[in-house]
Amino acid sequence: MSAWIDIAALEDIPARGARVVKTSLGCVAVFRTAADEVFALSNACPHKAGPLSEGIVHGKSVTCPLHNWVISLETGEAQGADEGRVDTYPARVEAGRILLDRSFLNARSAA
Amino acid sequence: MTQKLIVIGAGMATGRMLEKLVEADADYDITLINGEPRGNYNRIMLSPVLSGDKTYAEIVTHDDAWYSEHNITTRFGTFIAGIDRAAQTVTTDSGDVLPYDRLVFGTGSNPFMIPLPGHDLEGVIAYRDLEDTERMMGLGSDHKCVVIGGGLLGLEAAAGMAARGVDVTVVHIMGHLMERQLDEAAGYLLRKALVDKGITVKCSANSKEILGENGKVRALLLDDGTELPCDLLVMAVGIRPNVKLAQDAGLAVGKGIHVDDQMVTSDENVLAVGECVEHDGAIFGLVAPLYDQASVAAQTLMKTDATFVQKELSTKLKVTGCDLFSAGDFADGDGREDIVFRDPARGVYRRLVIEGNVVIGAVMYGDTADSNWFFGLIKDKTDISEMRETLIFGPAYQGGAPLDPLAAVAALPLDAEICGCNGICKGEIVEAINAGATDLGAIKATTKASASCGTCTGLVEQVLASTLGDDFVIPAAASVCGCTDMTHEDVRRMIKSLKLTSMPAVWQECGWKTSCGCHVCRPALNFYLLADWPLEYQDDPQSRFINERKHANIQKDGTYSVVPRMWGGVTTPGELRAIADAADKYMVPTVKVTGGQRIDLLGVKGEDLPNIWADLNAAGMVSGYAYSKGLRTVKTCVGTDHCRFGTQDSTGLGIKLEKTLHGAWTPHKLKLGVSGCPRNCAEATCKDIGIVCVDSGYQISIGGAAGMDVKETELLVQVETEEDAIAVIKAITQLYRENAKYLDRIYKWMAKVGLEWIKERVEDERDALVERFELSQTIYRHDPWAEHATNKAQSYQPLATLSLEAAE
Repeated sequence: MSAWIDIAALEDIPARGARVVKTSLGCVAVFRTAADEVFALSNACPHKAGPLSEGIVHGKSVTCPLHNWVISLETGEAQGADEGRVDTYPARVEAGRILLDRSFLNARSAA
Repeated sequence: MTQKLIVIGAGMATGRMLEKLVEADADYDITLINGEPRGNYNRIMLSPVLSGDKTYAEIVTHDDAWYSEHNITTRFGTFIAGIDRAAQTVTTDSGDVLPYDRLVFGTGSNPFMIPLPGHDLEGVIAYRDLEDTERMMGLGSDHKCVVIGGGLLGLEAAAGMAARGVDVTVVHIMGHLMERQLDEAAGYLLRKALVDKGITVKCSANSKEILGENGKVRALLLDDGTELPCDLLVMAVGIRPNVKLAQDAGLAVGKGIHVDDQMVTSDENVLAVGECVEHDGAIFGLVAPLYDQASVAAQTLMKTDATFVQKELSTKLKVTGCDLFSAGDFADGDGREDIVFRDPARGVYRRLVIEGNVVIGAVMYGDTADSNWFFGLIKDKTDISEMRETLIFGPAYQGGAPLDPLAAVAALPLDAEICGCNGICKGEIVEAINAGATDLGAIKATTKASASCGTCTGLVEQVLASTLGDDFVIPAAASVCGCTDMTHEDVRRMIKSLKLTSMPAVWQECGWKTSCGCHVCRPALNFYLLADWPLEYQDDPQSRFINERKHANIQKDGTYSVVPRMWGGVTTPGELRAIADAADKYMVPTVKVTGGQRIDLLGVKGEDLPNIWADLNAAGMVSGYAYSKGLRTVKTCVGTDHCRFGTQDSTGLGIKLEKTLHGAWTPHKLKLGVSGCPRNCAEATCKDIGIVCVDSGYQISIGGAAGMDVKETELLVQVETEEDAIAVIKAITQLYRENAKYLDRIYKWMAKVGLEWIKERVEDERDALVERFELSQTIYRHDPWAEHATNKAQSYQPLATLSLEAAE
């Protein structure tokens, strides 16, 4: 069952930027692209756990600030020659508000 | 028996409905009531009337003769006082009570007026009807007009008035024009076309107040304090369905008047069509669905079955002679890919959005000839996997050749400057080529282009290639990144010679292959633009690496290091106490002295940054820019203050240099050292710029390094006074940032352009370089910590904190 929860206004994240949502199970990075899409990913790069929310957002990818791994915001997969993936979570924008699905965030603890 | 039909509103939808009824010879006694003192005309043709291309008579769709021929009673200039649905009567403002069997609402929409202070002044109008148009037509070349709103209507108003010679300024709150139809790149092209027509365009501009004089508009005041004088102010910020009358009559109303698929409202005898309608949650502004509604309403009135279906919409527009097209969804969604095509020569931009081998959205600018074909692909959900590679070129190119990478250079006008050192334009190079200079060496010998610093070599080669065709093969040079075939040097020259002052401008004019660049090119472009156009370009934090965005150095565990500035490496007991207090308060795990004579607080949490900065600010300290591709530190020895060997005040000079260079962005980090005598205790000769004091003055040398490469500086010049030393150092810093490739330290740049070239420039152009340096510093010499701690502290905090367990 999905349980969408209102996190913040879209404007609270700059376009081509990100902010984190803190949970007791670790941080989730919420990204906003130039086209105002939002994506939610675990905030730890599969390489050395770099904070992806601090990376440069381009197209639908983010570049990790620590060692320049490029991660797809859609799939969480590392791009190019690098291998690895981070968890992605359902996120959407409705009436200018960012919504995340609580049930998926919760499911992380079971994993 | 003939039934009575009353139609309220003579707009485009009701006009079409009346035509349908008349064509079918429907058995109705029709009365048409309109508030405007005239009948049906083609409202979307008001813009050609404004620009003088058409007259009002030419856009009338139904004249008095037509109404009388078809026995339609007209009551123009008449307003409705009330509707009695139980009695089925309409009462006019003159008190006439008219009975109806069927009633149709076509009340259209009202322009939205922003309730700014002063919006009720004389001379503040909307752009909606003929009266508004006539007000604008009354202006001439001695008038100024401000248009609020950079959407279609606002731009048409602006263009129409500009065509009449009016001095027009468009004020738009969003970052680019027509943001609902166009993406950033297409918005850039549109803006450029408008500016070419003499229209001033201000984006990201917030209106604050409309200023008046004797009850009449005088100027628009923006929230940044700018005053835009005007004789007329046009608000074109959107429309709202006009539902007042329907609401008063007790009909179901949401955003618009609710109708079902047959255009019937909540009252079975009352219908509604056009912009006043809300159908299945949607409201309507384009003419195509309004015409569909009109036909459905006509059929419902004639008791034939008909159903209104919302269709996929496309917008094909012509704004001031620029062709635009947008269709489908080009913004939100998962699993989507872009295909972008740019032809800088023709000012063409195309972007397709693909999802699962189907085109779901398209934006086109400049050439919309193929728009119907693309719109067909969207509507029919055609599988495009077979033609993916050539799809973007349109139907004629299926199986055609890929895009010519030389297009950008081929498009340059002949007077575009290619070689900045020698002032050589493209035309002179083309002439030389035509006169027989067919390789780089010959071009250098005959024109001097690329013969000085050499950074324009790539562009000269491309001019050779585009002029000679297959006879010239360009030696391979590394491009900036996968988004472009151009080198850093090419892009820098394009930015200067075409005066490109925004990132979308660079992407378009240099033919970028991605929609918004990548983590490699964006930081470089951001630097080039702010270095070349300090006043015009606004720094983009989202195109900066995290350290420069957050003004602190990210560490491997995601914490940050904080380094306050210590001018020239000099501190005080008070500053040290404040640093110690901050280290305690924020539980800083490591406090370390750096190689650049600073104190580094390592392991500060991201959320604490604004607070620790505020504390350090309160003790008089500012950001040390230890994270920047910019001035880092000026390391000094104690010089004549204390040292028995010192020849000059090296500490004092270091402090002065740091205070004047503080905040300056450069292609890579910039470290300075000032030693008081040739014993060189400040290790000045392995810095980017080193100063060694001697009895007779100051030896200034450049190009040192002590990193991956270790280099000793080479002497640039010796000067006699401290004042001269500071001027030379400002000049060399400016020359470096105007010319070097992003991420080249001075020694790397020097290896490319040669020390001799640098010497000549600094000698010949010192004053001009210093002047440009100072101009840039008026913008960038500031403390980002204070700014962020005061204005942006919230952005350092988590967006939200969720306690997940509690919800279960």
